[in-house]
Amino acid sequence: MSDTDGAWIETALSSARPQAVGALLRYFRDLDTAEEAFQNACLRALKTWPQNGPPRDPAAWLIMVGRNAAIDEVRRTRKQQPLPEDDQAISDLDDAEGALAERLDGSHYRDDILRLMFICCHPDLPATQQIALALRIVSGLTVKQIARAFLVTEAAMEQRITRAKAKVADAGVPFETPGAVERAERLAGVAAMIYLIFNEGYSASGDTAEIRKPLCEEAIRLTRLLLRLFQSEPEIMGLTALLLLQHARSAARFAADGSLILLEDQDRTVWSGPMIAEGLALIDKAMRHRRSGPYQVQAAIAALHARAATPEETDWTQIDLLYGALELIQPSPVVTLNRAVAVSKVRGAEAALAMIEPLAPRLANYFHFFGVRGAFLMQLGRHDEARVAFDRAIALANTSAEAAHIRMHIDRLIRDSQPKVPNKGTKGAKAK
Amino acid sequence: MLYAILCYHDEDFVGSWSKEQDETVMKKLAVVQEKLTSQGRLGPVARLLPTTAAATLRKEDPPLVLDGPYAETKEQLLGFYIVDCQNLDDALEVAGELGAANPGGAYEVRPVGVFRPGALK
Repeated sequence: MSDTDGAWIETALSSARPQAVGALLRYFRDLDTAEEAFQNACLRALKTWPQNGPPRDPAAWLIMVGRNAAIDEVRRTRKQQPLPEDDQAISDLDDAEGALAERLDGSHYRDDILRLMFICCHPDLPATQQIALALRIVSGLTVKQIARAFLVTEAAMEQRITRAKAKVADAGVPFETPGAVERAERLAGVAAMIYLIFNEGYSASGDTAEIRKPLCEEAIRLTRLLLRLFQSEPEIMGLTALLLLQHARSAARFAADGSLILLEDQDRTVWSGPMIAEGLALIDKAMRHRRSGPYQVQAAIAALHARAATPEETDWTQIDLLYGALELIQPSPVVTLNRAVAVSKVRGAEAALAMIEPLAPRLANYFHFFGVRGAFLMQLGRHDEARVAFDRAIALANTSAEAAHIRMHIDRLIRDSQPKVPNKGTKGAKAK
Repeated sequence: MLYAILCYHDEDFVGSWSKEQDETVMKKLAVVQEKLTSQGRLGPVARLLPTTAAATLRKEDPPLVLDGPYAETKEQLLGFYIVDCQNLDDALEVAGELGAANPGGAYEVRPVGVFRPGALK
């Protein structure tokens, strides 16, 4: 077996994982048992696939082999120490045999995978634990890989995942097939969790972007999977489009020294054409449903940026309208703040500034607010006030990357607002 | 005789390829394609976007549009068109027009990601 063969098998195992673990979880109703069964099946696959070639349906193979391995394990244990008669795993085995006899039809495994994803979104779990758990049990990343992406030690991540698993087990996994309303709720929860995974990777600073990029890729893989299972959900189309359109810019987002490059300064020729094409196709398809939602609107905004070959061609009027729509669906001061940036392009900094002033009490600790406010003030020539806003922004920055981002903003505005430096005496005076 | 060679694979699997794996495969394919092109034998080559971007139009009256790829196993692939369209709505309109001319069956409408017109005249 060559190394490349090994890589293909790894890929096949990881793409079959959500379906296989989801089905095993349904059979055994215990996450650890399901994961262990899947692990055993993978070990066997690594032994036999190189010789026999991959099976026609890798997921079905892994479910079958994993299930049998787990049953053997239970039988072995039973010989050593008798299990109580009402033991859940044993009584479910007959059901499992029957269930496996029927073909793994789409509707069945749809709910298996959704359930597997959904248990990671338990509301009691903080966002970071949801993400870590999903990457571990749905994506099958190793604890080491996840720890690396989160920039924490392996031991710390191990502990975080163990704690999250315990909480999920206590909460009880919802095994009944969901009704329409519940399925929609689960979908919304899972979509939000996938978006969290993406943002965890996307919000990385330049020096860690490469390490965290797998998080973005994994989020895209999961949202594509979700969309294949729920093909008529415009919001899932919107989410997939949004992630693709944002991730398409990844090669252009950071300078060689790791500093962030603003959207309007990015080299648009290195944006990923295929990802943009897919994102645009998906948002186009989603809009036909005329059932708008926050992911679709955000994707539509990203699509307008993606469509502009140069920053000057950006359709800010449309972006302003879309942010207006987003404000209605999902009112938030941050959305209004983003809208104000579009407004500044369409109607000028004065109107934009007036729009964000009422947000001040709610965004008093939000560094972006002061960054944007400073930018507007700078455009209006109110340089002293702008400086105060920028200093406040830097003081509020959570990371050095955020601070660097604002500093770059300052540098840029200073540069832009002083093109007249050589003729300061004449034009500068006239401007006043 | 012209032959169409239609590509089937597990999308989940292909979609899990890393950029490097994908490029490796495409490079190997390009070698074969270049040979055929230099012989003047290769017609259009298209790589379709994932099935998640597809819609299916059942050729009924009125036509029924469903999200997702064509999923029936009782009908067979009999032909295909490549049409330049503004958007999915536009493409579905074209499909509807074709469907009205030849009712029964279905059209799967899928955006083309990569298109090379080829060397055939």
